[in-house]
Amino acid sequence: MLKIASRIMLAGTVSVTAMAAQAEVIVGVVGPMTGQYASFFEQLTNGAKVAVERINADGGVNGEQLVLQIEDDACDPKQAVAVANKLAAAGAQAVFGHFCSAASIPASDIYDESGIVMINPAATSPMLTERGVPTVFRTAGRDDKQALVIADEIVRRKLGERIAIVHDKSTHGLGIAEGVKAALNEKGIQEISFDSLTAGEKDFSTLVTTLKAQDPDVVYFGGYFAEAGLLVRQAREAGMTATFIGDDGVASSEFPSIAGKAADGFLMTFPPDPRQNPASAETVAAFREKGIEPEGYTLYTYAAVEVFDQAAEAAGATSGQAMVDALRDGSFDTVMGTLDFDEKGDSSTEPFILYKWEGATYTPLP
Amino acid sequence: MEYFLQQTVNGLTLGSIYGLIALGYTMVYGIVGMINFAHGEIYMIGAFISLVAFAALGFLGITWLPAAFVLVLLIAMAFTCAYGWTLERLAYRPLRNSFRLAPLISAIGASIFLQSYVQILQGARTRSLPSLLEGGFTPLHALGLDVTVSKMQLLIICMTMLLMAGVFMLVNRTRFGRAQRAVQQDKMMASRLGIRVDHVISMTFVLGAALAAAAGLLVTMYYGSVDFFIGFLAGLKAFTAAVLGGIGSVPGAILGGMLIGLIEVYWGGYVSGTYKDVSVFMALILVLLFLPTGLLGRPDSEKV
Repeated sequence: MLKIASRIMLAGTVSVTAMAAQAEVIVGVVGPMTGQYASFFEQLTNGAKVAVERINADGGVNGEQLVLQIEDDACDPKQAVAVANKLAAAGAQAVFGHFCSAASIPASDIYDESGIVMINPAATSPMLTERGVPTVFRTAGRDDKQALVIADEIVRRKLGERIAIVHDKSTHGLGIAEGVKAALNEKGIQEISFDSLTAGEKDFSTLVTTLKAQDPDVVYFGGYFAEAGLLVRQAREAGMTATFIGDDGVASSEFPSIAGKAADGFLMTFPPDPRQNPASAETVAAFREKGIEPEGYTLYTYAAVEVFDQAAEAAGATSGQAMVDALRDGSFDTVMGTLDFDEKGDSSTEPFILYKWEGATYTPLP
Repeated sequence: MEYFLQQTVNGLTLGSIYGLIALGYTMVYGIVGMINFAHGEIYMIGAFISLVAFAALGFLGITWLPAAFVLVLLIAMAFTCAYGWTLERLAYRPLRNSFRLAPLISAIGASIFLQSYVQILQGARTRSLPSLLEGGFTPLHALGLDVTVSKMQLLIICMTMLLMAGVFMLVNRTRFGRAQRAVQQDKMMASRLGIRVDHVISMTFVLGAALAAAAGLLVTMYYGSVDFFIGFLAGLKAFTAAVLGGIGSVPGAILGGMLIGLIEVYWGGYVSGTYKDVSVFMALILVLLFLPTGLLGRPDSEKV
């Protein structure tokens, strides 16, 4: 009698767990939880968490609740691959990440093998979508377009004739720097120097002295906020008056604390701020109520989750070929406006625009 | 000409920091014959403590810079010395009579531990401090040369000279220094003569940590930015400086530091900014190949 009862209980437990497993859709958010770019990853996780909460409150995706799994890749390609394998083994259906292009690219291959869709909110290297991996999509822009915008703006706004280019040797920084150089050269402008610094170092006095001797009007820096902040701070201390321009790697609230007063007047390119978009007003308010300022990539991640939700409904599935087709063919209503993806997976978001840092915030230049 | 002079100022400033850290490496090697690979992390801890102390003093309203500077220096030295002392007791002393590689492995482990410890406690972000000492001088203005020496750079070079003089006095003119030199020459004999060898060794680590704390403080003020990873590269370069100057030799550490600072800066300024660090490590390889005892080091003589 007891044996039968215990067997029934065991069967009951197993079926309940099986039911629970089926009622959940695991999605991952991966990025540099540790390391210098941790502040960017916070933007991603904030965006994803709030999106998942709201979608779950609304009934979930195809009736199933979303479970968010947050993983750390430290912006390291090897760790990214390990994490990708871990997520694939855990049964993740989609990944919103990674952050660094150098980590996203190898991870995308792993996801593709399992039919897991990657909707990347932040990696901007053109290589991510140029490789022809069918399951890769992104809501972020591309660096080649970003480089064109930078070069255009330098010329259009007549920022100067003597342009120095500096990068941080990363996939992201070097990529845009080379793009800017090529774009400027095509317009017939030769840069006065093309130099680099090492990310992670603090002392740029040698480089600053070199730059100062070259007497540039404009210095373009391809890289992230930590080095940008230190570079411009040391440059201003040395008495340089050139205009500094950076790219989306500078879009963090940490930049003004590192650069101090030198942050004023620093220009940067970034995709149009979703917070300015009227479609996002209600969502932005929701974030602010939770005490989160949805800066930088927060809303890009939010949009990525929205896209996933809508595509999954259209496809009736959460991964695999049906999902890929739904993403490619569909048009999605998101906090960033209406989004659709081209055959490479790039989104139709507007190209980058120029912003100016003033104090602790950045505002678009007219 | 002014470019050269400006880079020289940069190099001497950088070299001073390397020299201060190198002193820790060299003294420890001199006395226990091991490279304290965790010393870079001690410097990083000193930098963090300085940052926190400045923030705390600012909060308490103590903003007059000279007073704040001295207070933070004392606080940073006190805490960093505690770390240095604990490091020696926990990671090195138990292995003193073990095979030669054991304390080295322990040192690498301690280095990783300290990095992660700070990363967990303070977060992985870069922490910043607003600029405290601004402005500079153009001493050669009369000659028409636009060479800027910032007040911070001057402070760094002067503090290093002061501390180096202090260490020199300590090692050569005090009882403790004499005990230290005795232990360095012959540990067993020194203990037979009544010198507390363990105590001398601990104090050497503490002294090295104090200098690293000073370096950390100066760096925090100079760049205004610290993160948990700064100890790695700085430690490596300072180690190179110690080897170049002659590991075991106190003036060698400062000389090595200045040389490495200048090599790095001249290479970066004249040959290739991108591969500036290559010059430092090339120097290390060349020194180890051709002059392993360094410039001012004494060749290891066979003890009869």
